[in-house]
Amino acid sequence: MHKITDLSKTYPGGEEALKNVSTTISGNEIVAMIGPSGAGKSTFVRCVNRLTEPTSGTVTLDGVEITSLSKKDLRSARRDIGMVFQEYNLIERLTVMENVLSGRLGYVSNLAAFRRKFPEEDVRQARRTLDRVGLLDHENDRVDELSGGQRQRVGIARAILQNPKIILADEPTSSLDPETSRNVLDLLTEIASDQDIPVLINIHELDLALEYADRLIGLNSGEVVFKGPPSDFDESVEGTIYRGEEPGRAADSKGQDAGTGDQILTSIRE
Amino acid sequence: MTESEEHTVQTDGNKAYPGMWNPPSIYYNKYTKWAIYALISLFVIWSVLDLQISLDRFIVGLGAGNKLLSEMLPPTATSRQVDLIVSGLIESFAMANVSTVIGILISLPVAFMASENLAPKPVYYVGRGIISVSRAFHELVIAIIAVVALGFGPLAGVVALVFNTVGFYAKLLAEEIEDMDEGQVEAIRATGASPAQVLIYGVIPQVVPRIVGLSVYRWDINIRKSTIVGIVGAGGIGITLLNAFNRYDYDFGITILLVIVAIVMVGEGVSSYVRGRVN
Repeated sequence: MHKITDLSKTYPGGEEALKNVSTTISGNEIVAMIGPSGAGKSTFVRCVNRLTEPTSGTVTLDGVEITSLSKKDLRSARRDIGMVFQEYNLIERLTVMENVLSGRLGYVSNLAAFRRKFPEEDVRQARRTLDRVGLLDHENDRVDELSGGQRQRVGIARAILQNPKIILADEPTSSLDPETSRNVLDLLTEIASDQDIPVLINIHELDLALEYADRLIGLNSGEVVFKGPPSDFDESVEGTIYRGEEPGRAADSKGQDAGTGDQILTSIRE
Repeated sequence: MTESEEHTVQTDGNKAYPGMWNPPSIYYNKYTKWAIYALISLFVIWSVLDLQISLDRFIVGLGAGNKLLSEMLPPTATSRQVDLIVSGLIESFAMANVSTVIGILISLPVAFMASENLAPKPVYYVGRGIISVSRAFHELVIAIIAVVALGFGPLAGVVALVFNTVGFYAKLLAEEIEDMDEGQVEAIRATGASPAQVLIYGVIPQVVPRIVGLSVYRWDINIRKSTIVGIVGAGGIGITLLNAFNRYDYDFGITILLVIVAIVMVGEGVSSYVRGRVN
């Protein structure tokens, strides 16, 4: 079980990106962070493995308090946290295999990393994972030859190779077309249930979030304004998350704005 | 909207948009602009006046140049002089190769030190300091000092070229490292990789083409420079060239110059071919 308590982040410029966000993530649930641009979704996901250093609050993964670890201990804790990025963040000049194997870097020596000498078991697992994501034929292709959807699958394979206890996905579908986005989310969902690990997704496509998530966390201006399953999500909640309206007042303001749910969905996608 | 405004302003629906637009000036105002132009003009005029180059002086110079040219042509070299050229060239070429390899080995760590996005502040300043010192001196200045310190010969030349290589190579590589994609590095960091592994896996693959390209480019520059440091006694063909001119042996001098041009062109050709292939 992973517990996040009162996580806050204030950037050096004084911008409060996160204000006391707390949640508990467990089992193999898909938790989606939703909210308008600049609401702090990305900051939240990045604070979990301290790619962004939170200002206060705690993150506890399987009993290990990430937020108080030294640099060295943080490195070994990060091995248990897989991460998938919006721009894939693969090493463009390296091959698919090298990229996937980079998920094992935390377990090999610097010299082995330099010589790309990974244990046979790692290579075997890399091939199994590539087969799983449908890229076994591409193991020696350079990543910059692949399409966006293929790259994101390499990114996911890299995360799986870590045998993580949780996967963080920071806008994993934002650079992809709707069809490919679904494939990527299908894959992440399958992995969650196969490996029995939770996935924390920061996503701005509301329709996809409603379809795939077990649980939603709505952020607005760094604060949690909604928590609940997709079945609890309605127009009033949408108004609260995306337009900062007081809960329950969405109905009257909707008439004034003449903004329908569909229009809002479109504007969110843009 | 009043009637008079309607004449100057095109109306579009019920909102008025002015049709005049001027690009914003890079100067604060026109006075600053003219002040800057005036300053540049004054600077150039002062420089010309300070050198006191008159038309008479220029004509005298042309005559002397013509005389030199007639004594240079045709280029000649006795068989003993050919031997001098060959041994001088081989020495220059060897100096260029050795100093490029040593220079790059020193430059690589300096480049990482001098990259603001990788190095902690104190290390960064040390790296930038090394580069600044190396770039502050012309290779001939370093060659003169090296000749005094280490004696005549190619050792002094190699020291001068290595010194010069570091400032060039480390500076350009550091700039490349600073321009790299942070996302790729971040993803490697997120796997729990050590700082050395982040360099090996996340940074170096991004800058390898630049490392290769700069190495060949610097090799080509060092070939050129290795032909000149001999003028102050630091080895290579430069000393042969200086001797030829000191003995008014201008037709031998031009032969040496032509050979230098040829070898520099070969180096440049190889270098641009390799760099083209890498990119």
